[in-house]
Amino acid sequence: MSPLAAAAAHGFLSPTGVEIAFLLVGVVTLGAAVLTVTTRHLVHAALWLVVALGGLAVEYLLLTAEFIAWVQVLIYVGSVVVLLLFGLMLTRAPIGRSPDADSGNRPAALAVAVAAAAALVWVVVDAFRATWIDLDGPAQGSTRVSGEILFRHWVLPFEALSVLLLAALVGAIVLSRRDGADAGGDQAAPPRKDR
Amino acid sequence: MSDALDIALRLLVVFAVFLVLPLVVGQTEHKVMAHMQGRLGPMYAGGFHGWAQLVADGVKFAQKEDVVPADADRRVFQLAPAVALLPYLLVLVAIPIGPGEGAVGQVVDAGIFFVLAVMGVGVLGSLMAGWASANKFSLLGGLRTAAQLLAYELPMLLAAASVAMAAGTVSLPGIVDAFEWWWLPWQITGALVFFVAGLAELQRPPFDMPVADSEIIFGAYTEYTGLRFALFLLAEYAGIVVLCGLTTVLFLGGWHGPLGADGLGWLWTLLKTAVLAFVVIWLRVSYPRLREDQLQRLAWTTLVPLALAQIALTGVVKVVIQ
Repeated sequence: MSPLAAAAAHGFLSPTGVEIAFLLVGVVTLGAAVLTVTTRHLVHAALWLVVALGGLAVEYLLLTAEFIAWVQVLIYVGSVVVLLLFGLMLTRAPIGRSPDADSGNRPAALAVAVAAAAALVWVVVDAFRATWIDLDGPAQGSTRVSGEILFRHWVLPFEALSVLLLAALVGAIVLSRRDGADAGGDQAAPPRKDR
Repeated sequence: MSDALDIALRLLVVFAVFLVLPLVVGQTEHKVMAHMQGRLGPMYAGGFHGWAQLVADGVKFAQKEDVVPADADRRVFQLAPAVALLPYLLVLVAIPIGPGEGAVGQVVDAGIFFVLAVMGVGVLGSLMAGWASANKFSLLGGLRTAAQLLAYELPMLLAAASVAMAAGTVSLPGIVDAFEWWWLPWQITGALVFFVAGLAELQRPPFDMPVADSEIIFGAYTEYTGLRFALFLLAEYAGIVVLCGLTTVLFLGGWHGPLGADGLGWLWTLLKTAVLAFVVIWLRVSYPRLREDQLQRLAWTTLVPLALAQIALTGVVKVVIQ
């Protein structure tokens, strides 16, 4: 399992087309992400999130991780954002600025975000340093390769994660369920189910 | 150079199909519905049995004024029809209609995931339209759309996963290549779940709660006029083409037919797709609209368990025959 080839013939000064595209999409993704957290329009924030997540999917594609890219679109753009929009529409999402969409936690949130970003960037830089992915050979992120790696080398974390998700699912059902005792006559309808 | 030409030509063909087939389905719907209801349908436009009716409709839509409500969120409002329509064009690129490289716009390695992922994005268009219109009926339509999508996406994915397990690949041409006739009884539950869930995702009757015209005017599309409204309608019919094509490819064996797959295989694909499209129209005429709670109950208590049972069956049979 060595998807990373040594960077013998690569340099930062002679970028290939894919690398330029990767950088440009990255800039767009970053911009959309920043807009997501700075815009005062609640629904616009959700829509900018679509752009950011879609940009991320394109980055995966450029790194030949096709399967991951489509799963990213399927789960995040197709489901999570729809759920988010659903929630926003159910509560309060005025057209135009939301004056109350602000909180005093802004500095704390910024600090946490910067710390998280710094930690992630540091880990990635430290792990890969100057290794280059060889994009010209056979695709290293194809469904077959991903599946083999996942179910040969990473079976235990995979199973642990699925148990975690199952626990979250059961927890969600327990939380959303109302007991017959404290429910009045207006709760005659069955509890809503959501994913 | 010939590579670029090849790609351009393929995309052009896919685009032509994208423009023509939905219109054919629409015209068929006019005529089939009319005959099922004991009338003739459009008879004048174009002369022969009103064949040009939809072309005339298109011209009419193009002439209408493009109105954006004063309180609407202009940019989101105007962007929504494109978001609703473009995913179906992208999906069409990946659907193979015949054996070999020549009969598919672009071979996508994880085709099944690509197709389902991109189809899911189309619903964002309806949500954007519903929210940005600044209209309570539109908002209700958007909400119903979202609730419906969340309920029906899961059984659709599970049914598709079953057939991917059976074939041992997630590429669409690969699945059709692996198809055997006995898959039809084996995967029939999955096929029904997939088709029904797909209908619900397209908001076709009997799952047209989000656009229920007798309750909320036209749901998320209430405020749209002219070309933008036409684009939403086109998205619906393109969705029918895509759904029927996908069901054909995944569950009905695509280009496999009694006379072999050589030569006229693509004709089998088109024929099966057309029959399914007819069924879609037939269902519209025959079934009353499902209520919201009936919609949710059908998805969560019937389709999801059925899809899970299908996956279990697929797994068992797969292990036994190996």
